Amino acid sequence: MATIKIPPVLRPSVGGEREISADGASVGEILRSLAVEHPDTKTQLFGSDGALNRYVNVYLNDEDVRVLDGLETTVGAADTLVILPAMAGGTR
Amino acid sequence: MSPSGAEVLRQIKSRIPEVDPADVRDQLGNGAVVIDVREAEEWSTGHIPGAKHVPKSFLESRIEGSAPDRDEHVILYCQSGNRSAWAARTLLDDLGYSNVESMTGGITLWKDRGYDVEQPRTLTAEQRDRYSRHLLLAEVGIEGQQKLLDAKVLLLGAGGLGSPTALYLAAAGVGTLGIVDDDTVDLSNLQRQVIHNSQRVGVLKVDSAEETITALNPDVQVNKYPVRLGPDNIMEILRGYDIVVDGLDNFPSRYLLNDASVRLQIPVVSAAILGFEGQLSVFKPYDGPCYRCLFPTPPPPELAPSCGANGVLGVLPGTMGLLQATEVIKLILGEGDPAIGRLLMYDALAATLSEVKIRRDPSCPICSRHPEAIADEEMGVFPDYESFCAGAH
Repeated sequence: MATIKIPPVLRPSVGGEREISADGASVGEILRSLAVEHPDTKTQLFGSDGALNRYVNVYLNDEDVRVLDGLETTVGAADTLVILPAMAGGTR
Repeated sequence: MSPSGAEVLRQIKSRIPEVDPADVRDQLGNGAVVIDVREAEEWSTGHIPGAKHVPKSFLESRIEGSAPDRDEHVILYCQSGNRSAWAARTLLDDLGYSNVESMTGGITLWKDRGYDVEQPRTLTAEQRDRYSRHLLLAEVGIEGQQKLLDAKVLLLGAGGLGSPTALYLAAAGVGTLGIVDDDTVDLSNLQRQVIHNSQRVGVLKVDSAEETITALNPDVQVNKYPVRLGPDNIMEILRGYDIVVDGLDNFPSRYLLNDASVRLQIPVVSAAILGFEGQLSVFKPYDGPCYRCLFPTPPPPELAPSCGANGVLGVLPGTMGLLQATEVIKLILGEGDPAIGRLLMYDALAATLSEVKIRRDPSCPICSRHPEAIADEEMGVFPDYESFCAGAH
């Protein structure tokens, strides 16, 4: 099972967890199994066409999956997926 | 009875080779190492172009730094030609140099002949003391400190991130700090905005920041912009700065800043914080990706918590702001590997720092094009973003 690092904005959707393990052999399978387990994450990750939302970056270890094979990218059990939505906030 | 100093000098001059300033001038750039053996104060009044400086008082311990090869041609000079003669004798008799000459008449005769003099930029005695720990670092030194003093850095915000960044950049001697902030100090700011204090509640943040900076380091010129950054003023404010430090708290401004900085080709040291986590990257236009390469579109309100008020651990903007200050100083000095094309992610609770790669997007709407080709009306453009954000409250 690969590890998914959950960003602060998505944690309320996964019961506050910072890291989650999910089944799947590819980025798409793993994120979809996350969405099945935690349905609130689905619309945040995927558009209505089933593609990854453009404002969410997903990295396999340290590489953007878009420069790999996107959702088809193969993921090993020792790999980590990082979900990264844009952050702003200098705190005024 | 021992001979007088003047007599010894005459003897030395009679047996060491001396060279006329005209011959030295002809040999500049021809492989001879020209060394000024005067004191630092004298060197600072002007020296022979290309000369190296090894004060006679440190001759034995420092000469190898400037002339490591004992057989190379070394020409020494001082103010009038006497100290350089003593120094030449030391190199020839005690240190084993084989080809040493002393320039007759010193820099005085050189100047009388109307030859070129290079005016080195120097630090005042107070600056040498203030920045002494920088001067001891090979990566900074006098040259690096001069770069810092000459640098112009614009801070967007004197808030959580801007406070520590401004303090340390001022302490480091960054000569010009611009600060853009239209806000006033609020008591709830003081949990993290360490450039302000309890007596300044209600005061404009730019005024409060200036007071702290000036008290810390009078070398720093503070330019205050008590305005909100917008499409109407961003180009005018950014122009002329070497680096922008981004601590912006909302997405529209971040995209606007990105577009303007790409157009003006000014690197942006960017950080963002939320809760216990922070991100940092350096966006150097055309050297690496821009903010739009990383995030081509802003997230919807539920994923854009910056639109509303959020909790933040007070120390976290300190950590991230100082990482920004460090990147700024590295960029100014040209030292190290700046976080270009990398996003650093700091997790305070886990005590981890990890990073992911950011690639330039070959189809980026902004940085895939020539800066001149980016039109005013394209900058910071997003679908009705202000009302979009307002909906998140």
